[in-house]
Amino acid sequence: MQINVNFQTWLLATSFFILPQTVFAAELNQANTAWVLTSTALVLFMTIPGLSLFYGGLVSSKNVLSILMQCFTITCLVSILWFAGVYSLIFADGGELQAWIGDWSKAFLPDINTTVLIGDIPETAYFMFQMTFAIISPALIVGGFAERMKFSAMLWFSALWLILVYVPICHWIWGGGWLAKLGVMDFAGGIVIHVNAGVAALVAAIVLGKRKGFPHVAMPPHNMTMVVTGAGMLWVGWFGFNGGSALTSDGRAGMAILVTHIGAASGALTWMTIEWLRFGKPSVLGIVTGMVAGLGTITPASGFIGPFGALVIGVTAGIVCFYATQYVKRKLKIDDSLDVFPVHGVGGVIGSLLTGVFATSQFGGLGLPEGVTISHQVGVQALAVLVTAIWSAAFSFAILKGLDAWIGLRVTSDEEVQGLDISLHEETGYHSL
Amino acid sequence: MKLITAIIKPFKMDDVREALSEIGVAGVTATEVKGFGRQKGHTELYRGAEYVVDFLPKVKLEIAVADDVVDKAVETIVKAANTGKIGDGKIFVSNLEQVIRIRTGETGEEAI
Repeated sequence: MQINVNFQTWLLATSFFILPQTVFAAELNQANTAWVLTSTALVLFMTIPGLSLFYGGLVSSKNVLSILMQCFTITCLVSILWFAGVYSLIFADGGELQAWIGDWSKAFLPDINTTVLIGDIPETAYFMFQMTFAIISPALIVGGFAERMKFSAMLWFSALWLILVYVPICHWIWGGGWLAKLGVMDFAGGIVIHVNAGVAALVAAIVLGKRKGFPHVAMPPHNMTMVVTGAGMLWVGWFGFNGGSALTSDGRAGMAILVTHIGAASGALTWMTIEWLRFGKPSVLGIVTGMVAGLGTITPASGFIGPFGALVIGVTAGIVCFYATQYVKRKLKIDDSLDVFPVHGVGGVIGSLLTGVFATSQFGGLGLPEGVTISHQVGVQALAVLVTAIWSAAFSFAILKGLDAWIGLRVTSDEEVQGLDISLHEETGYHSL
Repeated sequence: MKLITAIIKPFKMDDVREALSEIGVAGVTATEVKGFGRQKGHTELYRGAEYVVDFLPKVKLEIAVADDVVDKAVETIVKAANTGKIGDGKIFVSNLEQVIRIRTGETGEEAI
């Protein structure tokens, strides 16, 4: 639950016992500041190089640079847009329109200096920490349209998706908007990031169409070593993603990291076991995919639950995401190239719903706000998931269709066969002779 | 002179090289290749989805030998590369018109 000043009012009423010293603190807390700065580095590390290597290894060798380039460019582009107004539209007080959107008052950070605080940390640290989440969201979507999208179309899509989809959803949930007022619990981005990006990736995969040869031709990862390296970086980076999201350096951050770790480990072991039983061999790709599923699923719950809840959520993630991947690829025959929807989208949905259950004290969680029942909370969670999925799907579809009519989304068939590295970037990832 | 081209299982390469050097064949060129024969492809799993992979990794050895060594060399390769299982590979023997050692300019069997 990434807090802004307005949202803290709600927090004060509902969970002040969890965050005793952070609310309305007028003085800088150095421990909190140090941890948020560290977490900022960890979350950026998830995108570059973590996710970049993970995705880059999964595609064929002729497209490895295109993935690295897309993740890197998204990092740069989102950062500048964040400074230019995206941060302000999400986190500045929108006045009468606050339920829907912030305002432009913090565009280009006119009032920033080293002494401005948000809660008890510098606004500079808050700005940077939140930015790293905005960076990884469009970068995750890259996996849905990998190996076939024009670079120019990818840039336009990422920018427009950030403004038209990420801004409102993030404001509604983390910026003190209407879903926050309803009491939705999304600690570190199960809805804001994973459901949101997962649905967008699915829509992008459908609108762009299948890669040439899918699903008959094998499209094995070209470099599993890179995949595992990137996956390991994601796991470590996730400690900042979830552990930093209370913006405090305390027992709650420790618990968030603990449950994150249990979620990752149990998701990984579950996926590995299913593969072992069904296909006779436990695969490396399987265990790391299960880890990502476990992490994505634990994310919304990570600041609210205890270790037992984490184990259940991790195992559930391994099972459900495994079968979701099979279903999307084999039955629906949708070419979501790197399985973003079944892993992140589906994981985000499960995690967000189970948050309402395992946050309760009887399941070892930190407790729901007073007077809130499990069924009420799960209902609010489901509403937020549904609204996010519909908004993300509708706007992603509209943006993609508009871009297709304007500049075209897909590379030519020849360019696709040749590979995006050489056809779009005039470079290759590997040289022989 | 003959050129022996042997397609073998990659993990048999060291056995074959050792066996050949024991009978005095000193020069071998090895290339990593992909192909299929009766073994056809095999299935690989990616995130639980099974794909048939047609081309399997093999090692291609190219060995130039004098006529009187051919039979012995072929026999040695067959023995060293054999696992008894499908996919052990094949050996092709073809005529070799000329061999030249670049450093000295020697030709024919002396250059082998």
